[in-house]
Amino acid sequence: MKIKRLLFALLLVPGLALAQAMVQRDGVILTPAQEHRAETIGSQLRCLVCQNESIEESSAGLAKQLRTIIRQQVVQGVPDKQIMQYMVHRYGIFVLLKPPVSPLTWLLYASPFLALIIGFLVYWLGRRNRAKPVAPLTEAEQARLDELLK
Amino acid sequence: MSPLRRRLLFGVPLAMAAVGGVGFYTILRRMQDNDYNPHTLPSPLIGKHPPTFALPGAPGFQGFSNTDLLSPPKPMLVNWFASWCAPCQEEAPMLHKLAASGITIWGIAYEDTPDALAAYLQNFGNPYQRLATDESGLTAINWGVYGVPETYFIDKTGIVRLRYPGALTKEVVQNRLMPLFKQYS
Repeated sequence: MKIKRLLFALLLVPGLALAQAMVQRDGVILTPAQEHRAETIGSQLRCLVCQNESIEESSAGLAKQLRTIIRQQVVQGVPDKQIMQYMVHRYGIFVLLKPPVSPLTWLLYASPFLALIIGFLVYWLGRRNRAKPVAPLTEAEQARLDELLK
Repeated sequence: MSPLRRRLLFGVPLAMAAVGGVGFYTILRRMQDNDYNPHTLPSPLIGKHPPTFALPGAPGFQGFSNTDLLSPPKPMLVNWFASWCAPCQEEAPMLHKLAASGITIWGIAYEDTPDALAAYLQNFGNPYQRLATDESGLTAINWGVYGVPETYFIDKTGIVRLRYPGALTKEVVQNRLMPLFKQYS
């Protein structure tokens, strides 16, 4: 009897530990790992009300609702990519704090390379136009210079 | 230094500064004229039908669903607003003007309570032919609404042609809405 009870108690321990480890955030109960996933997703999404904050940081009502939606989907096992798509489908690519590479953003992503190319061009043109170094003095010229500098 | 080089060295930065100046002036000017808002987001709904939804009517009003917006007899507006939203109160007179000129406006009250909504309509009047309520705000998320007021122009085939976030001003109506009503009438 005692042994049975002990075994039962032992069975409960991991369950209890798990129950304590669950966290509640924005009305959704989830495991720390799921919460971590949700935070990673939320910190990559722009809050549309205060546009320089992420959904994770913002205290706006809409951001809170979106955090709830992200967590619900995480608990349901929806892949990250699909959750991102859910947001982009509704709010456009502006919702992504890191804009994706697309025809719309090609110029944005190419700009450092364009700047580098322009820099090289300017440098190259400047070098090409610079006067050629003067030829070294001949012996006669050197003698005259020494004479003059005496 | 050749004269051309000297002219380029002085002229190019000067020209760049001038272009930048004109650009900033135009932006600031248009912001002052309520013609341009840098926080405005383009809506992914443009060129599409509104997402599936069915919202109940406010007390005494008929609600509507996405199927009711499929083929309106003429282009119309869907206006998201809330009784607690100050810019909504600002744009109320403009909505009345539009309604009086024969434009169909359907409203959706965003995260509102029946009492507050009734008081709002009493104070600011009702320009809406139908008035639905989105108490949870979940339909708003599906529409991509990120703040009230927002106004959607829907053509006769039920397709969204414009989303304007913010209060409708005289300039917005003249420069953005009226051309659309002409184009899609």
